[in-house]
Amino acid sequence: MTKRPDSPDSAAPRRALSKKDLLDIEGITEDDIRLVLDTAESMREINQRAIKKVPTLRGKLVANLFFENSTRTRFSFEIAERRLSADSIALSATGTSVAKGETLLDTGRNLMAMAPDAIVIRHPRSGAPHLLARSLPCAVVNAGDGTHAHPTQALLDAFTIRRAKGTLAGLRVAICGDVSHSRVARSNVSLLTKMGAGVTLAGPATLLPAEIERTGARIVTRIEEAVDGADVIMMLRVQKERGGGLGFPSDREYFEVFGLTPARRRLARKDAIVMHPGPMNRGVEIDSAVADGPDSVILDQVENGVAIRMAVLYLLIGASGDE
Amino acid sequence: MSEAVLLRGGRVVDPSRNLDQTLDVLLRDGVVAKVDEKIAAKGVDVVDAAGLVVAPGFVDLHAHLREPGFEHKETVETGTRAAAAGGFTSVCAMANTMPVLDDAPAVAFLVRRIRETALVRVYPIGAVSKGLEGLELAEIGLMKAEGIVAVSDDGKPVANGMLMRRALEYATMFGLPVVVHEEDPSLVGGGVMNEGWTSTRLGLPGWPNVGESAMVARDVQLAALTKARLHVAHVSTRESLEMIRVARRAGIAVTCEVTPHHLTLTDEEVARSGYDTRFKMNPPLRSEADRAALVAALVEGTIDAVATDHAPHHEDEKALAFEDAPFGVTGLETALPVLVDALLVPRAITLQRLVEVLSTAPARVFSLPGGTLAEGAPADVVVFSTTKSTHVTPDGFVSRSKNSPWTARTLRGRVERTFVGGREVFARGAGPAGGAR
Repeated sequence: MTKRPDSPDSAAPRRALSKKDLLDIEGITEDDIRLVLDTAESMREINQRAIKKVPTLRGKLVANLFFENSTRTRFSFEIAERRLSADSIALSATGTSVAKGETLLDTGRNLMAMAPDAIVIRHPRSGAPHLLARSLPCAVVNAGDGTHAHPTQALLDAFTIRRAKGTLAGLRVAICGDVSHSRVARSNVSLLTKMGAGVTLAGPATLLPAEIERTGARIVTRIEEAVDGADVIMMLRVQKERGGGLGFPSDREYFEVFGLTPARRRLARKDAIVMHPGPMNRGVEIDSAVADGPDSVILDQVENGVAIRMAVLYLLIGASGDE
Repeated sequence: MSEAVLLRGGRVVDPSRNLDQTLDVLLRDGVVAKVDEKIAAKGVDVVDAAGLVVAPGFVDLHAHLREPGFEHKETVETGTRAAAAGGFTSVCAMANTMPVLDDAPAVAFLVRRIRETALVRVYPIGAVSKGLEGLELAEIGLMKAEGIVAVSDDGKPVANGMLMRRALEYATMFGLPVVVHEEDPSLVGGGVMNEGWTSTRLGLPGWPNVGESAMVARDVQLAALTKARLHVAHVSTRESLEMIRVARRAGIAVTCEVTPHHLTLTDEEVARSGYDTRFKMNPPLRSEADRAALVAALVEGTIDAVATDHAPHHEDEKALAFEDAPFGVTGLETALPVLVDALLVPRAITLQRLVEVLSTAPARVFSLPGGTLAEGAPADVVVFSTTKSTHVTPDGFVSRSKNSPWTARTLRGRVERTFVGGREVFARGAGPAGGAR
């Protein structure tokens, strides 16, 4: 057995993910998901302490590559790295060699020469983390790529749901809004259906991508149908920056037809929780009365994000070696 | 080397004469001198073709040789070397070079480069519009005088319906086919792969079937109106095939081609490979239903010819995120093994039809010499094996570029020798002209 003074998972029999990278939910197993969620419970406990820091990743170097604007995901990873005592460096798309035209692969190779243990990457292009993962020996963590995947968001959402509901299997989850442009929706559908939840996707017909029914989710174009009897309501951000504008005529019409209002919230179960990956467009996809209401777990999601990212980094680069 | 070559004892497949039998073929003074049983071999080089297929050299209606302007990707010399290694004796070169092949001096320059450096016959295709901008007609008449065999803005669609109409009308005066790359820009937008379950899963912008078939519907009707010769490049969807069938039945003069990759690969490859840009081309790889429909249409004759759409790109250009990398894959050196392996071996197509779509039919579509082993025809000949394998490796390519979707695959079928005008331009294992091994 490993001697690890602050080992957060002394009960878990397996100590690493099945792959070297975390690129998307399709690429990991149900056991991997359970392991991350269980490990995150221990990490969450660390985050409740007076001194929120453990030496688990001491001497490990994590490079954060953010090629796209991000506030909460980036801070969340940085906090996770610090709480685990990893050394971390940050690279953003402006003011670096990236701005001088260096390709992603060259940036990755140059970084590799500095021997990081993990690279956390957020990129506007779907599949960019895969390109790095294929070419670099270190662990690559996808912090959101284009409209493809956001696996740590799905994990933190699942963690938040499980903490609120005790389980994932058998729950009715409604995911509503701009599904086309949402990596959060893709990763959540994938994870939740894998874990036995029943997912309904609701969105304007213009914002539901081709053959989305093959995810196994139920597809509807009326939010009321999705929310009716749901245990969990997850609202998606309207992504104007990704061309969502062609999908509906105006914000006010969107709110009228698709916004989560208190009246629509009441269609769900009494004990339903309301989620949003942020940043919210208040008055567009969600009414403030719901976003700030008693069922909202939106800030819990943010808090849990740190624990999930600690768990992921620990399981990818802290769980082997120095035995 | 003497003037004459005798190909002895090969299985001679010549769809132009519906011929498939073991014969000798004598090439002399640049032409097919004789095809017969047991030709006497006095004073000639003898090539043992026993167990091999001897066929009219392949004719590619659609290749990007990249010269002038993109010599880091390919040149007339390297591209035709690759063609020779793939059994192609004639190649039509697309106009999207830099400068664009849109006026007589540009065509004259290319023709000179072809004369100086080409290993196989190269026929230039001129642009439809100046600078491929889709605004004004290019100097089609002057280019015809310099030797173009067709016009095309390939790589880009002619989005404007009126310009397309004018191009068709104008081209009829010169007897030139208009080759169309069918893509409605307003429907395709920034699409980079087939729209469907795979694009949804991968979060990549989709390029829907209707983006192609809507344009095919427009252009076959314009061809009817103008009585022009329309040739649809790289057909990729089953709906486009339906449009073409309807047009044919109505007697409209439309022909079309399909690429080896659309016949044998699907959009699933993009997922399987983890966003590998070697599977990014335009039009994109489609669904299995489309692929199967293309094979059926090729076998039954709705599709006239196979064309490679050989589109070389430098490795650095392809080493980008999927959305950022350029469209295009190489194809000259792999066409024969790909089709043998995926269609002939599983008996989806006959050998006769395979040779026809690679050779006889494309020559007929653009009225080019070749595509036949009739006595007196140019001695453009390919000798290939349907049983030996080609192992596709990055180092094995003669082309300057290596962006092949079949890299690392071993395919049944192998080109052994290629003759152009009776001269051997490729022989397997003969040094630099080795080809994909």
